[in-house]
Amino acid sequence: MLWGFVLAVVFKKHGVLPGFKLTLGFTILYLSLIVLIPLSATFFKAAELGWSGFFDVVTQPRVLASYRLTFGASLAGALINAFFGLIVAWVLVRYEFPFKKLIDALVDLPFALPTAVAGIALSSLYSTKGWIGSLFYAHGIKIAYTPLGVTIALTFIGLPFVVRTVQPILEDFEPELEEAAASLGATRWQTFSKVIFPAISPALLTGFALAFARAIGEYGSVIFIAGNIPMVSEITPLLIITKLEQYDYPGANALAVSMLVVSFLILFLINAIQRWSQRRTL
Amino acid sequence: MSTGLPLTVILTAPSARTEPWWLRLILIGVALTFLLSFIFLPLALVFIQAFSKGVGYYVSALSEPNALLAAKLTLTAAGIAVPLNMVFSVAAAWSIAKFDFPGKSFLTTLIDLPFSVSPVVAGLIYVLLFGLQGWIGEWLKAHDIQLVFAVPGIVLATVFVTFPFVARELIPLMQAQGSEEEEAALVLGATGWQTFWHVTLPNIRWGLLYGVILCNARAMGEFGAVSVVSGHIRGLTNTLPLHVEILYNEYNSAAAFAVASLLAFLALVTLAAKSVLEWRVKAQLKESTSVH
Repeated sequence: MLWGFVLAVVFKKHGVLPGFKLTLGFTILYLSLIVLIPLSATFFKAAELGWSGFFDVVTQPRVLASYRLTFGASLAGALINAFFGLIVAWVLVRYEFPFKKLIDALVDLPFALPTAVAGIALSSLYSTKGWIGSLFYAHGIKIAYTPLGVTIALTFIGLPFVVRTVQPILEDFEPELEEAAASLGATRWQTFSKVIFPAISPALLTGFALAFARAIGEYGSVIFIAGNIPMVSEITPLLIITKLEQYDYPGANALAVSMLVVSFLILFLINAIQRWSQRRTL
Repeated sequence: MSTGLPLTVILTAPSARTEPWWLRLILIGVALTFLLSFIFLPLALVFIQAFSKGVGYYVSALSEPNALLAAKLTLTAAGIAVPLNMVFSVAAAWSIAKFDFPGKSFLTTLIDLPFSVSPVVAGLIYVLLFGLQGWIGEWLKAHDIQLVFAVPGIVLATVFVTFPFVARELIPLMQAQGSEEEEAALVLGATGWQTFWHVTLPNIRWGLLYGVILCNARAMGEFGAVSVVSGHIRGLTNTLPLHVEILYNEYNSAAAFAVASLLAFLALVTLAAKSVLEWRVKAQLKESTSVH
């Protein structure tokens, strides 16, 4: 027993479990081979183009049109998700209704369903002959094969993010705060907008940013419903593939680098939001 | 409460924490309509379209040689990518959760990096790196090794897109569990491997399984990255999602949805397993942290 105690003290002092060098070494090696080296190679390749060459590629009219569509539809999708995702999270946490557990589990479907499957399903559903698309087409609105269709697909792909970031915050929200607001004479809407909403807004913002980031790079679920008309409904990831198929490797690479830079900026932003909200709650 | 109202009214009146019944109804209606148009209907449509030409057609679409080859390649790619990422994630989680070293949070961010890379870009980086116009491509060609537009490229792309799945489950779980149990085992004379197999692994098994199931779902369903590196050689470099695309573009919608229904079924199984495991992981975390 005493010997064990002595050993424990020794361990505490040096804090050493075995295998640190082995596991860290393997982690860094594997990370470098699979992720870091291939990713940095794209940046080196882009550098071969030079600034002006890079600038020429990413400012071609067709490329600019694809940026407008990709970022515009991603933003629209993320906004739709922020609004409806908040309602879904609210309803799942606060109210009781039949099949709630099942519905709750199915919210994660966009994470689990292969994007190609989502793509052909949404395309059929929202085409002019589809279950939903025909309802809108009766009023002269075409959804599939237009930028609206791209927005639908990008809304689908980002759907779980807002729900899953807001849900736990709502679950942990202290009832006392709401009761205090009500007893001080606040209406239900005032309680929501002045007490509850400020508490969930960092999570809402994080969910929105995650949905937006996911939408920008999305390919599989979009290309079936988009129609892919150059200048109109062609997203940037598809344009990368088009350039690749035309053996325009420097062009494809330049577009990829522009997307990587944007993705990393958003990742940085999301980390900043989370740090900011953690500091705020402390 | 001297409002003079009957007791039943007071009891059923909205409390300070809920909305009037009509507002609750509207909100539930809005939420369900939203989920109906984006989740339930697309899911139902996959299965209805899959059987639109009858069960016989469904079975033949799935047992056709190209479909079987695609299924085999999908299983191969996931069968290699998932274990590789699993071993990596356990190693990464061990070093990050059990030890302190400078740059730890930066390393964690780097592990998450593939999540923020577009699948198309993920495929492209390997095409550029190993393709014929690349530096390594020349050498590979001279030695008659084909990585891109072949099975190894598909495996690599799958490894990349599923890279963080297991690690991001294991790291927080192992951090929350601490390393006191491992230290106790070592004190009692266990070797490092014994400690890992008999103490750590049982403690993280549900979290590990959870990560592996999510990783596997993505590995079998990946489309964009695999599409770029595959070269679309039918019967050779086609995975199930790519097979769905080909059938759909050939206006063979019933067959496309038949294959798609298989993948949708996998997604449903994944979600079911996820729900069960989430509960297990929570229970295990509570148990192992309450010991201390």
